[in-house]
Amino acid sequence: MAARDWNPLRRLLALPNESRTKTILVAFLVSAISAALVSGATVWLRPIQAANRAAEEQARIAALVQGIPGMSDLLEQSGGTLSTVVIDLDRGRAAAEVTPATLEAALADPANWTVLDAGQNIAGLGQRPNFVQVYLLRDGDTVSLLLLPLSGQGYGGRIDAIMALRGDMNTIAGIAVTQHSETPGLGARIEESSWRASFPGTELRDASGELRFRVARGPASGVHEVDGITGATRTGRGVTQMVRFWLGPDGYGPLLDAIERGEF
Amino acid sequence: MVARAPYWKTLTEPLIRQNPVTLQILGLCSALAVTTTLATALTMSVSLTIVVTLSCGIISLIRRHIPDTIRMIVQIVIIAAMVIVIDQFLQAYFAEISRALSVYVWLITTNCVVMARTETYASHNPPLPSMVDGFGYGLGYSLILMILGGLRELFGKGELFGAQVLPLADQGGWFTPLSLMLLAPSGFFLLGGMVWAIRSIRPEQAEAPEHTPPARMEPA
Repeated sequence: MAARDWNPLRRLLALPNESRTKTILVAFLVSAISAALVSGATVWLRPIQAANRAAEEQARIAALVQGIPGMSDLLEQSGGTLSTVVIDLDRGRAAAEVTPATLEAALADPANWTVLDAGQNIAGLGQRPNFVQVYLLRDGDTVSLLLLPLSGQGYGGRIDAIMALRGDMNTIAGIAVTQHSETPGLGARIEESSWRASFPGTELRDASGELRFRVARGPASGVHEVDGITGATRTGRGVTQMVRFWLGPDGYGPLLDAIERGEF
Repeated sequence: MVARAPYWKTLTEPLIRQNPVTLQILGLCSALAVTTTLATALTMSVSLTIVVTLSCGIISLIRRHIPDTIRMIVQIVIIAAMVIVIDQFLQAYFAEISRALSVYVWLITTNCVVMARTETYASHNPPLPSMVDGFGYGLGYSLILMILGGLRELFGKGELFGAQVLPLADQGGWFTPLSLMLLAPSGFFLLGGMVWAIRSIRPEQAEAPEHTPPARMEPA
């Protein structure tokens, strides 16, 4: 060791393991390399994962429609397909300038989102898109089934779901949970068919038109409630608020009114 | 052959004689949770084997430069990075199975089999033997998982890898599925039975009793 070694890496490695500098530098290097590895894998694999999720959502929509009694017959009569429509939520009618193909590009523009104030923000979203893609089934001139995507804040993160409404726009025909991050074994049971089975037949509004839908605490009482999940009160409340927000005046309310008036 | 023998021994030792699950009773949580079907058990086994082999290799490479004070943290960071990469890979290419495994892939990070090998072996041995050792322990864990998964799927559903093997009674066959096999307790029963069987064949694995039972009092 006559001359001082000018290679910084070799100088670092030559330090005693107990020295403070080496401890900090080794910790930093290990974290940096691990972070690069993890980010690389995530970025590289994301397109494939997104495609998987899209395929899964299609499969769930198909399963939701299949699970509604009498629905496969209706589907066959109407040519076997649901029609896809992009809705302008404020006006409650089909969007003129946005199509399903250009929806993603339109939603990348912040001008197409509405910021919700504290009174409106019951689902914990903060903002909602102005355009949403819904699926519907027509029986002659009337809408016989409407599939509405919903999203809201649950206990562990965002919950995405698709709710099917019958032609009266008041009776739930079924629900499919497409994405959630609730606690496994508790809140995550919103995904299970045994829980979702209590949705069909539940009504959203009472005779005066007020939204009464609720996830009960415990077993459901009355036609406006579905069973709660024990140990998942906050998940249940999240689902309640999500349904109330999206089916209320700031969500699909204008659209449902238009359909009921027969204008859609 | 002389040079190869120790590697062969390192590799085969953990299969039965030093098996991490049945002898050391490590990694039970995942062994019981993911063995309801063979497909999930196989995916979990492959993931764990890859993670333990790679982490042992990497930790062994830098073993001389890991400061003692942050030894565990460095090891866990490396293992966790491996686990996340594997999990992302599973989500991309095996989405169905990845959902079935849910949190158990992330829990490989804290799996005692991985921690035990990196801490006791890889941090004192050169990379190649460490990787062989990690791979061997991965295989030992996999062996038990596959046996458990096979038994539970076969008797719980009459299937192996999702294909019907035993004709079900409600479809005109003779086999009535034992639903208990798909529940967590059966994992305990089967694993307990395996530990008992292995220890009766190899009595040297049985532990000495910790307490001597008090002498039975004769009725007065």
